Amino acid sequence: MATGLKIKTAAELRTNYLRREMFPTIFCDGCGLGNVLNYTLWAIDEVGLDLDRTVFVSGIGCSSRLPGYINADGLHATHGRALAFASGIRAANPDLTVIVFTGDGDGAGIGGNHLLHTIRRNMDVTVILVNNFTYGMTGGQSAPTTPDGGFSSTTPYGNIEHPLDICELAKALGAPYVARWPVVSPAQPVKSIAEGIRKRGFALIEMLTPCPTAYGRRNGLKEIEQIWRWYREHTVLLDEWEWVEQFGSPEEREALRGKLKIGVFQDTERETFEDRWAALVAREKL
Amino acid sequence: MSTHRELIRRALGPRVQFVQGDDACAYGAVLAGCTFFAGYPITPATEVAERMAEILPRIGGCYIQMEDEIASMGALVGASWTGAKVMTSTSGPGFSLMQENLGYAIMTETPCVVVNVQRSGPSTGQPTMGAYGDMMQARWGTHGDHEIIMLCPASVQEVLEITIVAFNLAERLRTPVLVFIDGELGHMRERLVIPDDDEFELVERPRATDRASYRPFAPGPDLVPPFAPFGSGFRTFVTGLTHNEEGLPRASSAAVHDQLVRRLAAKITNHLDLITRYEEFYADDCEIAIVAYGITARTCRDVVEEARRRGIKAGLLRLISIWPFPEHIVARWAERVRAMLVPEMNLGQIVHPIREAVAGRCVVKPYARIGGELHTPAELLEALEALQWQPA
Amino acid sequence: MKREIRICGFGGQGVITAAVILGKAAAVHDGLTACQVQSYGPEARGGAARAEVIIADQPIGYPGIHLADVLVAMSQEAYNRYGRAIKPGAMVIIDPDLVFQHDEARPVTPVRATKIAEGLGNTVVANIVMLGAVAALTRVVSPEALLAATLESVPARFRELNRRALEAGMQVAGVPVLAQ
Repeated sequence: MATGLKIKTAAELRTNYLRREMFPTIFCDGCGLGNVLNYTLWAIDEVGLDLDRTVFVSGIGCSSRLPGYINADGLHATHGRALAFASGIRAANPDLTVIVFTGDGDGAGIGGNHLLHTIRRNMDVTVILVNNFTYGMTGGQSAPTTPDGGFSSTTPYGNIEHPLDICELAKALGAPYVARWPVVSPAQPVKSIAEGIRKRGFALIEMLTPCPTAYGRRNGLKEIEQIWRWYREHTVLLDEWEWVEQFGSPEEREALRGKLKIGVFQDTERETFEDRWAALVAREKL
Repeated sequence: MSTHRELIRRALGPRVQFVQGDDACAYGAVLAGCTFFAGYPITPATEVAERMAEILPRIGGCYIQMEDEIASMGALVGASWTGAKVMTSTSGPGFSLMQENLGYAIMTETPCVVVNVQRSGPSTGQPTMGAYGDMMQARWGTHGDHEIIMLCPASVQEVLEITIVAFNLAERLRTPVLVFIDGELGHMRERLVIPDDDEFELVERPRATDRASYRPFAPGPDLVPPFAPFGSGFRTFVTGLTHNEEGLPRASSAAVHDQLVRRLAAKITNHLDLITRYEEFYADDCEIAIVAYGITARTCRDVVEEARRRGIKAGLLRLISIWPFPEHIVARWAERVRAMLVPEMNLGQIVHPIREAVAGRCVVKPYARIGGELHTPAELLEALEALQWQPA
Repeated sequence: MKREIRICGFGGQGVITAAVILGKAAAVHDGLTACQVQSYGPEARGGAARAEVIIADQPIGYPGIHLADVLVAMSQEAYNRYGRAIKPGAMVIIDPDLVFQHDEARPVTPVRATKIAEGLGNTVVANIVMLGAVAALTRVVSPEALLAATLESVPARFRELNRRALEAGMQVAGVPVLAQ
């Protein structure tokens, strides 16, 4: 592995980073959120973040419960508004590291406008957006990311809306770091989360995460092993995707339909709100 | 190197100015120690944001214009948790959007000041006209049981002074405090004398000192828990869910919810002595009283003087703090007067708690005026005279 | 003493600025009480704008003006709209090049503020010319206070122009020029 990632045991992570009184978690069997939490903690460990100086912010939903399990400052905000709260923290105290956990509904549905503007300002926050294609906590309603034709309790006849590609949006808005990975393997997510934290500016890591309970069972992915396998089979690395698009046979190209592109989509530099504000203050302060 | 207080003085400019209510609000905030403002432009509150955008960088603070008022209120809470004194300003439509995160600030005991320069509603209504139509929204706008503090100044000078008071109460009691003015007062210019630092009190939120014994939402005897800002190593978990004294979610517990929400309410209502503010004119021999607040109260003062000249034993109770409602003050007046005239720039909102406080002890006569124009002295005098002959 | 002054014109002409300067002169420099309010529509330019100043030597309660003691009109539309609500015997000052019809059965004082401002090289100071005339005619604020308030309200590079505008206005009204 390129990162030289040191795999941590759950016990090691638990002692150092978790709020023991919060366990057990509320997550269902087969849910990927525990993995997202693990990967994040590995990344934090690798970066060497001081948890006394790190704030975990979230909105509402299953993924937004994650800050509660981490033994650090946490702000479990209102539905969709995590980035607004996070922006306030960063703007008022740029010395703090801010990591946001949000979901597809929270971050890109009700919070879509905040996502857009937080990227536009380039607030230096790392956003781990857990996409499970559904509103899991409320029992599996359609989300902005629900695939075309996907079944949910509010699309009982199949989803007729076009799903949102959150990474494409973030990329178009100029987010300095944009990546998408499925939770099914740890290496790339951990590396990306670490890169996101190190990135000066807005970093979005979209984690494709199974929800067997609310989404899987309505879409033929009820068995845990089956739904986890689906993520391996339906994700294609960016390089490979582009190669197939360019050089692939019609059959290979056809096979991309219904699959999801994964990888690091953007890794650039851009001045942050905080740096620009500091420069403005340096210029204008009496 | 000048001190922060000296910087503030320099940023505010001359000691005596001729400025708008909105300007005075921004000045008051800065004097109170506000270093963070998040907002969204809206008539007639925009000038508050404009002044903050000018002043804050000059004193090393931060102004951020958010994408809407939902985000403004969210950013405010985030910033307050870093330990900053924070404010936002808006008008009716924006105040509606703020309700969600205002409730969050109440639930999480986040000090903040929210200014509403009211305009006529419902909806977009009359953007440039003054009104007091959000008085009840202030009380019950966010969902769930709660108490709120709301202050209504009546002059440009008082806007500055009350804004400082609002910050002090917000910090002292760890709760949002609302400053409500209206488009008329917000855009009215009067002489403003910027007070010296020794002319007003500055209050800081109670701070947690011992990490080992720290329980984020365990209150002291005054029901206010000591505060530990993010980044101080105390590792606080903040949630809008019902939480225990450790701050951890206990959303299914009736007992925890009951204890928390009752404490949040009692934290406010136990401190009426800190909060309640009013002014009385001719309280001793008053027969016909006007009970008024905000800009309308200015006119009432003139009207009472004129009524006295005409031999009517009129008086004025000017409410400055509206929520929690100063029931005991109004009740005391109800013991003494035959009738109360309640002029409001709405269709009758504060007249309801007034009636509740009066409990039938005197006549209560609302006088509604909407559309953006103020009650004129002549029409109020007429209403006062008419009340004289009203049977008790 | 309580004088209620209404200044009206079209948006962009600076009637609000004029009222603010007048109020500032009274409240900040003459030690009087002043209260200034305005009404405006959604248009930033054009339309009819109105600004009112109350100047008194006692606290001001009701901040509105029912009937004005002094009316200053700088456009026909504004005159038609805001010119009626004045006290019997009120002083009415108009720019005769912009207010053509005034069927009032009372004396009207013409001040060719826009024309004079043009002569000074910039019509933008018509409001300041008018202000000079108003102050001189009504004596509601001292010339020194008005000058001080004007100069601190305009950008440095326009100070000289505004000083000349103020003096020109005062002169029209037959009041001696300010001491240099």
